[in-house]
Amino acid sequence: MAELRTEQMVLNMGPQHPSTHGVLRIELVVDGEVVVDAIPHIGYLHRCFEKHAEAMNYQQVVPYCDRMDYLSSMNNDLGYVLAVEKLLNIQVPERVEYIRVIMAELQRIASHLVAIGTYGLDIGAFTPFLYCFRDREMVLDLFEMTCGARLLYNYMWPGGLSHDIPPGFVEKTKAFIKHFRPTIKEVNDLLSYNEIFVKRTANVGVLPADVAINYGASGPTLRGSGVKWDLRKDDPYSVYHKFDWDVVVGTGEMGTLGDCWDRYMVKVWEMEQSLRIIEQAIDNIPEGNVQAAIPKRVRPPVGEVYVRSETPRGELGYYIISDGSQNPYRVKARAPSFVNLSLLPEISRGYLIADMIAIIGSVDIVLGDVDR
Amino acid sequence: MHNFITYYLGTGIFGSLLSSLLPLLWILPYVLLCVWLELKVSAHMQDRLGPMRTGRWHGWAQPIADMLKLLQKEDVIPTAADKFLFVLAPILVFVGGYAAYAAIPFSPAFIGANLNVGIFYIIAVSAIVVIGILMAGWASNNKWSLLGAMRTAAQLVSYEIPASLAILAVVMVVGSLSLQDICDAQSGWLWNWMIFSKFPFMFITFFIYFVASLAEANRTPFDIPEAESELVAGYHTEYSGMRFAIFYLTEYSNMFVVSAIASILFFGGWNSPFGTFMSGPIWGVFWLLSKGMFFVFVQMWLRWTLPRFRVDQLMYLSWKVLTPFALVNIFAVGLWMVLRG
Repeated sequence: MAELRTEQMVLNMGPQHPSTHGVLRIELVVDGEVVVDAIPHIGYLHRCFEKHAEAMNYQQVVPYCDRMDYLSSMNNDLGYVLAVEKLLNIQVPERVEYIRVIMAELQRIASHLVAIGTYGLDIGAFTPFLYCFRDREMVLDLFEMTCGARLLYNYMWPGGLSHDIPPGFVEKTKAFIKHFRPTIKEVNDLLSYNEIFVKRTANVGVLPADVAINYGASGPTLRGSGVKWDLRKDDPYSVYHKFDWDVVVGTGEMGTLGDCWDRYMVKVWEMEQSLRIIEQAIDNIPEGNVQAAIPKRVRPPVGEVYVRSETPRGELGYYIISDGSQNPYRVKARAPSFVNLSLLPEISRGYLIADMIAIIGSVDIVLGDVDR
Repeated sequence: MHNFITYYLGTGIFGSLLSSLLPLLWILPYVLLCVWLELKVSAHMQDRLGPMRTGRWHGWAQPIADMLKLLQKEDVIPTAADKFLFVLAPILVFVGGYAAYAAIPFSPAFIGANLNVGIFYIIAVSAIVVIGILMAGWASNNKWSLLGAMRTAAQLVSYEIPASLAILAVVMVVGSLSLQDICDAQSGWLWNWMIFSKFPFMFITFFIYFVASLAEANRTPFDIPEAESELVAGYHTEYSGMRFAIFYLTEYSNMFVVSAIASILFFGGWNSPFGTFMSGPIWGVFWLLSKGMFFVFVQMWLRWTLPRFRVDQLMYLSWKVLTPFALVNIFAVGLWMVLRG
């Protein structure tokens, strides 16, 4: 029988596609429905963060950090203010550190809820998405009562915070923790251990640990492959060393170690760990001022600093060079999504187009973070 | 009712036209109701309220507003599309879906065409939908549409087999392909229903049919043809306005067709579950519609609970799970009939 003549087809996925989590364009080379190659094209959301940062003083950069990874603004700010404080060589009050950690962990929960919910959406389960957003709403309410904003907070400032926590915040946070623990189980029942969901995600997009390390992956993407690496534990910053919690890693429970299910599940488990941190921190917030006495216009000494922190998506590093003036000479952000996205061609070859969606979702990129 | 019409208007063109339009009396309000129901069912399953304002009472007028909006939309045909096929496709899809209604017995007294091969006719005529969908995907000249259409064709053709095999088991027991005969065979109390006979084989048959029918109606977990997170909207990506509405209408009307067949084959069709209580031609319509609507609800329920299969898993399920089980099941039912009569 004569061989059937087939052709490869180039398929543009995005930039306007419901499941690329933003304006990502992937050039797919497909053979039927099998992905032969996937080339991500980025830059649709480039907002010149690094150039902007050179034109304004240190405090004014914070709102721009908010907008990088818009799902985890608190964590972005935290990294930046830590870097500036290191450059200024100042110590912030303990109260500030505690509140920052609480906010960062609440933000991690909110961010992971979006990741989990939209991942369910990618796989075709609509309902868990709304359950996740319902709970995220509670976290956003907490942020709103603290600083008035729900998405882009401008809450952490070099040397302190924009506002102290309002009265009732501690109680509301505790109520949230009490409500949220059973909800994680609900999401697990509905989605994580759903037979179809497991079938769709287990053994798909397998990322071996060595490949992940070679690509410089971080965050849940790296931990999904079983590498125990979390900057909060391995290079502690702020007051993370004071709390008792575990770094969760993928187990390969449902399929191969480092598959989409592992990367997804690490996020679910991390939410529980974040709850543990918040629980320990919320009762022990020390008294004090939340604005350290620093001048309105800071002029750090000439020098450079690199500070990294763990955002929900991985290692976010800020490299700041100061020339002694009011404005930073250079701010470079090492964005976790950008680095994790580079894995995409490596782990998607040979899978189906439908798996492609599962893989993109499990790597959990935010295009604002990729393009900055 | 059909007799009533033929009596007064004769079997001429006018009479035939009128009686063939009768199912529309059901389909149009049903689709509107169903769209509203889907909005509300999904909302309540997801801890929301859904539309609450349009028409004041629980947003009952939302689907009407949606329909009016679609009617006013610009009729877009992409420049690169094959115009003739592009226009023809929704019509063909609708015809396939609509023609199936002809053989559905709504009550002992009303059936569009009491064919002696009723169920066979429905299976055959529903297959036209595949051609329409392939046509839509091809004519759109869009790669996503084409992928969606290819998937649909593969899926519908594959699932026809377990569905037909499941139907065959019922046909064997009743000994007739006519849907009226199948209903008649289940008259009396609810334990006369087909699902309870030859226990547990008919139950398995029903299960196979129901799973396959979900795939045939493109419902979750088998909604890969239009998997919105993968293929944007599958074969109807390029369609808008009224043509899109027709695809939408057909999807909902197909949902009812497969549900009605499930209730006719396994749940007594227009028979009352309580013997002669609440039975008769008028009650028959009530029972068939409520049973049908129940399965439509189950389909919605599943849609808002389950994720979606992948295309190869779907094929696996059809060819390696449902089809062998359906074959074994037919054999078992046959053996039962030979041994126990």
